[in-house]
Amino acid sequence: MVLTSTPSEKERMLEDAAVKGRSLWDDARTRLLRNKAAVAGLILLCVLVFLAFIGPLLWVHDSSFIYRDRVQIGPTFENLHLFGTDAQGRDLFARVLVGLRMSLMVGVVATMVSLAIGVLWGATAGFVGGRVDQLMMRIVDVLYSLPFIFFVIILMVVFGRNIILIFVAIGAVEWLTMARIVRGQTIALKGMEFVEAAQAAGVSQFSIIRRHIVPNVLGPVVVYVTLTIPVVILAESFLSFLGLGVQEPLTSLGNLISNGARDMEIAPWTLIFPALTMMITLFCFNFIGDGLRDAIDPKDR
Amino acid sequence: MPAYIVRRILVAIPTILVIITLAFFMMRGAPGGPFDLERPMPEEIRQNLLAAYGMDQPVWKQYVDYLGGLVQGDLGPSLKFRDKDVADIIAEGFPVSATVGLLAMSLAVVIGTVFGSIAALRQNTGADYGVVAFATVGIVIPPFVVGPILALTIGIYLGWLPSGGLDPRHGMTLDRLILPVVTLALPQIAIISRLMRASMIEVIRSNYIRTARAKGLSAPAVIFKHALRSAILPLVSYLGPASAALLTGSIVIEQVFSLPGIGRQFVFAALQRDYTVVMGVVILYASLIIILNLVADLLYAALNPKVKYD
Repeated sequence: MVLTSTPSEKERMLEDAAVKGRSLWDDARTRLLRNKAAVAGLILLCVLVFLAFIGPLLWVHDSSFIYRDRVQIGPTFENLHLFGTDAQGRDLFARVLVGLRMSLMVGVVATMVSLAIGVLWGATAGFVGGRVDQLMMRIVDVLYSLPFIFFVIILMVVFGRNIILIFVAIGAVEWLTMARIVRGQTIALKGMEFVEAAQAAGVSQFSIIRRHIVPNVLGPVVVYVTLTIPVVILAESFLSFLGLGVQEPLTSLGNLISNGARDMEIAPWTLIFPALTMMITLFCFNFIGDGLRDAIDPKDR
Repeated sequence: MPAYIVRRILVAIPTILVIITLAFFMMRGAPGGPFDLERPMPEEIRQNLLAAYGMDQPVWKQYVDYLGGLVQGDLGPSLKFRDKDVADIIAEGFPVSATVGLLAMSLAVVIGTVFGSIAALRQNTGADYGVVAFATVGIVIPPFVVGPILALTIGIYLGWLPSGGLDPRHGMTLDRLILPVVTLALPQIAIISRLMRASMIEVIRSNYIRTARAKGLSAPAVIFKHALRSAILPLVSYLGPASAALLTGSIVIEQVFSLPGIGRQFVFAALQRDYTVVMGVVILYASLIIILNLVADLLYAALNPKVKYD
């Protein structure tokens, strides 16, 4: 803000402010765009998403095509095997793109599953309150103390390695914190004056939820979603690494890392490139998540 | 305090029961059983096998029998290793997992505390930025990436340390444990450094630290006798989740460095549908997590006079 502004300038600024009010979201966007790490993460992530979803269509090599005479070639510009080829003679760059696409999809879909369960559970508990709330949150407490990854492993073994099951199983594991956040926010908002005022003015319950509750719960939820996506990507890779996740011919970054770790003595690039891709992706999400948290919840700063 | 401990244990019992029930019925719901071999066996032998393990009974009866055995401390026989009980398998693997886990935990606590404190005391210097950068990297990169990369660089290219398995004659030797322990500890070092940095920064700005300095105490005395004591509290309450993370991490670490621990047994047993071993390991890990959480809470109360359990 300019401190030494002439009166006329001040007036103009006041007028501007009167014409278009700045919402919380405008503020948050400005703060987010000022955060260099978050902006860099955002740009890089867009590039990665573009590469993962459009790249395989444009790239000269097909991810599942086997070049019998080019098994485990190191990274080279010859024939454009930028990341080399794997133990079967497939172009690693194409496979990394396809794997990245799978990891991103698992991350987003499973997070949406956890979002749906968590928001529903937390909002119900917070709204209804009383006994129901206590019971629902006790269940969350008990579930918190379960070694969940073991259950996901058992699930994968029991029902076969089904891609949809991976989405649901990981999503079903990650909803607990979401439920707690949403419940806390809902309870806090329920007692707020502006909600009371809306009720006193005779606004319908649905409108209150839509106009006041949802936008105010949205902030923390958005932050938590961006921070959950990398956790989910990690969980899927963890399963794939153990040989319990996505199956051939599909592949994910975890799968590629697992294969690379097996072949690393002869073909280190099959480990290094998928691992680097995964690290960059996770960095992007974490920077964006941290940036969003600072932007939306300025209390923490 | 004793009443509190008893109550916590009473709460833990239904939790464990839920875990056992979930795991039991999920495993039994699985298509395919432990006696499915590549070559189908004669039906009579199959029936005899099932009868021998009590698996010809209705599922609820098996469940009750299993709980009955459990109360007497019997985890049952392994379904895949004909001459071993689940207890034997756990007894073989547990020392390895526990050693790696404890070493990793100690390493994480010591290094994390030192890093975090240094960063806080030298805030906004190169040392601070270094620790923060390290912590960010350590949290983001998972053990299954760090593990293979360490094994590749230090184990194979440089040849400084062996990268896999235990010494066939001497078992757990230090040189074979270093890489797994470091890999397992790394994310925890990162998280603990962050925690310590944040809490130490808050503590050294508080009034009683200013008083301690004002009355002329030396800098080390202020830090070690006054600041560290309360700065360490968030770390203590993190120990519960940390131990859970280490237990989960051990599954990957044992796979990467081919250590014969429990995590590896678990994955193998799950793939082989060795029901009883899977159940045994899940029960063991769940109990461990619950106990370690309780210990962390008690330790917290012991260190923080403001907290009283009754």
